[in-house]
Amino acid sequence: MQTVYTDFLVVGAGLAGERAAVEAADAGFSTICLSLVPARRSHSSAAQGGMQASLGNSVMGEGDNPDVHFADTVKGSDWGCDQEVARLFADAAPIEMRRLAHWGVPWNRVVPGKSIYYKGGKQFEKIEAEDKEGLIMARSFGGTAKWRTCYTSDGTGHAVMCTMDNRCAQVGVEVHDKTEAIALIQDEETCYGVIARCLRTGELWTYLSKATMIAAGGFGRIYPNTTNAVICDGGAHTMCVDTGVVPMGNMEAVQFHPTGIVPTDILVTEGCRGDGGTLLDANEKRFMHEYEPEKAELASRDVVSRWMTHHMREGHGVKSSYGEHLWLDIRHLGAEHITGKLREVYEICTSFLGVDPIHQLIPVRPTQHYSMGGVRTNKDGAAYGLKGLFAAGEAACWDMHGFNRLGGNSLAETVVAGGIIGRKIAEYLQGCETEFKTGLIRDTAACQQARIDDLITCANGSENVYRVRAAMQDALHKGANIFRTQDGLETCVASLQEVVARARNVGLRSNGRGVNPELAAALKLEGQTKMALMIAYGALMRTESRGSHNREDFTARNDRDWLNRTLAYWKHPDDTMPTLEYEAATSVFEIPPGDRGYGKSEIISADVTKE
Amino acid sequence: MSRLLKLSIFRYNPEDEQSEPHMQEFVLEETDSMTLFIALNRIREEQDPSLQFDFCCRAGICGSCGMVINGRPGLACHTKTRDLPGDITLLPLPVFKLVGDLSVDTGSWFREMYTKTESWIHTKKRFDPTALEDRMDNQQAVDIYELERCIECGCCIAACGTARLRADFMGAAALNRVARFLIDPRDDRTEDEYYTIIGNDMGIFGCMGLLACEDVCPKHLPLQNQLGFLRRKMGITSLKRLFTS
Ligand SMILES: Cc1cc2nc3c(=O)[nH]c(=O)nc-3n(C[C@H](O)[C@H](O)[C@H](O)COP(=O)(O)OP(=O)(O)OC[C@H]3O[C@@H](n4cnc5c(N)ncnc54)[C@H](O)[C@@H]3O)c2cc1C
Ligand code: SF4
Ligand code: SF4
Ligand code: FES
Repeated sequence: MQTVYTDFLVVGAGLAGERAAVEAADAGFSTICLSLVPARRSHSSAAQGGMQASLGNSVMGEGDNPDVHFADTVKGSDWGCDQEVARLFADAAPIEMRRLAHWGVPWNRVVPGKSIYYKGGKQFEKIEAEDKEGLIMARSFGGTAKWRTCYTSDGTGHAVMCTMDNRCAQVGVEVHDKTEAIALIQDEETCYGVIARCLRTGELWTYLSKATMIAAGGFGRIYPNTTNAVICDGGAHTMCVDTGVVPMGNMEAVQFHPTGIVPTDILVTEGCRGDGGTLLDANEKRFMHEYEPEKAELASRDVVSRWMTHHMREGHGVKSSYGEHLWLDIRHLGAEHITGKLREVYEICTSFLGVDPIHQLIPVRPTQHYSMGGVRTNKDGAAYGLKGLFAAGEAACWDMHGFNRLGGNSLAETVVAGGIIGRKIAEYLQGCETEFKTGLIRDTAACQQARIDDLITCANGSENVYRVRAAMQDALHKGANIFRTQDGLETCVASLQEVVARARNVGLRSNGRGVNPELAAALKLEGQTKMALMIAYGALMRTESRGSHNREDFTARNDRDWLNRTLAYWKHPDDTMPTLEYEAATSVFEIPPGDRGYGKSEIISADVTKE
Repeated sequence: MSRLLKLSIFRYNPEDEQSEPHMQEFVLEETDSMTLFIALNRIREEQDPSLQFDFCCRAGICGSCGMVINGRPGLACHTKTRDLPGDITLLPLPVFKLVGDLSVDTGSWFREMYTKTESWIHTKKRFDPTALEDRMDNQQAVDIYELERCIECGCCIAACGTARLRADFMGAAALNRVARFLIDPRDDRTEDEYYTIIGNDMGIFGCMGLLACEDVCPKHLPLQNQLGFLRRKMGITSLKRLFTS
């Protein structure tokens, strides 16, 4: 087995991981990022919309500043976020966008003079100021008071990812791609690195480090339908769950997007509905206006997703070989609009569905989109429970998103958090001496090798990896979806407990030699099922509705009892249930809980004393 | 009744001493809107769990799934079975090192490429966090982005006659990358400095200009224009060098 030593090891080479790596490398530390795929293929590159920072250069962003951005973020989170963190974020975002410009991101820039834009299907005019010419431009996004979203055409994530990876190459950050971390080396006090599997040969490698960061993105793939890339499978999170001492924060907070296309769940933008597109059912009848007379298709993401699911449950879904779906109709917008302003949608429909949206309906369904939950850290990005372990980006619950993250705030979080936490890690490394315990390393490696051998020889049973995975996804889909009830969640928890037991009896059908994809899937399966239980059980216990967490049987946001964050542990490997603990959502209140100004406003105030 | 698709897929696992390179046939019932992403995953889950292939975004934006589809390099996630005959042949991309079956190592190739081309902004300016950003013309930003849209799928390299003949040829993706920095006002490199990177047979003068790269590029990058642009620029630089040396 090969051993690699580095000061700073990052599991993940997306924007969060690489940004932190650059910071440590600039401070003179040796730094390696591991990644399942070449860095630029990380899911960060899939983001098109843009990233929020209150530069206020555009006329529509006039008067914007970090305070306004902060307030939008806290409201967006439904007061579930850590306000200290949201403040750090809003203050640093403009500097990070400028830094990215300096490193090479071709941001779209302000063009002075008159131009046209659309809102709610209507046409408006704006005039950009002469003295702002050439500064970074911004576009409009949901949930924001100002135009604040910096962008590069329709490929912001791709452009920023290229620049960040270039920067890594320049400052000497190594990226070991096709490498999958499968276990932390740790003694329940300190983290010393990881055991990883080389996805070129199948060999195990040891990576030893003084500081280790989890920046492995989201884990949407534990749901059957998701906009996430196939590598967003939570494999790295499962390493933390396995420690028993590192908690996952707010796992029940899962964001769903109304318009993933069927069958592949690729996202088509909210802009379709913003520009006047409608949702139709199996009879090609509009239905949203019946549920939401005021806003119809333009209600918030969680609300629209909920009614769509309801409507399909009532038997109005379109049957297909990929399950039920509804239709998105943009035909009436006309060819010019569709191939112009909705070019990306046009291309996705024609390339992936063979559907021409000028003349045909687009099959859509609500789809898992973002994981607010993740490895719980403090405001310095240090994971709870283990010294030397950090987390950032979508993988972390640093917690500026609380129970709902705003569009454009995630991509911005990756670079802002990566920068702030990267600097904290450089400080940590400055005075850090570590002794590596050879026995611990040997035992961890041997344990992983034994797991692999057992899977190959079917020592624990021969349950089919893909079937057990499908059972997990199906249980989550049915019970811990857009809207949740006690019955649904109880059933979900019960079936997931069975799935956990089955996951422990998985055995391979193939020989497991070399890179073997079946083995890769099997190694993370048990951990994934534990995470699924953390979602379902956390949701069952949280008897309120907050942000994306909607309980039909507890419709009010209950600040009296639930202004807190769930911490989920898997304390012993043989446990059949996670252990839940709670901590205050925030220790600092810049803005006391109040009305968000959109969505439902049923609130049980924190001032009401308990009965 | 929908079609039965017959997929002939290249099989070889270099890490398994018993494995020999061969073609293997799989039969699968076609469903609505089926892409090769769906088809290959279904084969792996239902028929052969050891089958190796790469997908990531499955939305045509990450470049993972380049392979040779009925003789032509392309993105598998982007390819609908409906547009193919019932007999489908899938081979791994040539030029890149084979990992197994349809999976190749594009990562190492591209990493070497950006080390060689020093694919980052070369500037002496330091970032000042207290200052406004440097201004830039919007059209210039759009033009740079147009070249940065490359997803490093490797299709252009796999389709290139020169790249197949000589391993040290940089290929269209690398030359396009150089063009991206050449037009960026933030990059201080001179044409002479670029010449030392690409002014040779491994670079721009090795290209035979037969267009295969642009034909297969799934992002429709204007590769021919860029190759022409570089050839002219580097031609002039090479003349200048002759007269000043
Ligand atoms: C379709 C789509 C569109 C989006 N659009 C926007 C938008 O417009 N604006 C916005 O703000 N947000 C957007 N988001 C959200 C945002 O893109 C992501 O939250 C963000 O990019 C996550 O970045 P990251 O650095 O945390 O992780 P990622 O970019 O996902 O990177 C994760 C890294 O971890 C690696 N990894 C994972 N597991 C392991 C392992 N076990 N071992 C080794 N390496 C591992 C991967 O290879 C990868 O390098 C969008 C999301 C989706 C799905
Ligand atoms: S034009 Fe040049 S780079 Fe493109 S395929 Fe032909 S030889 Fe290769
Ligand atoms: S230039 Fe086009 S074909 Fe070549 S790697 Fe980039 S995207 Fe792929
Ligand atoms: S899987 Fe990303 S381009 Fe095909």
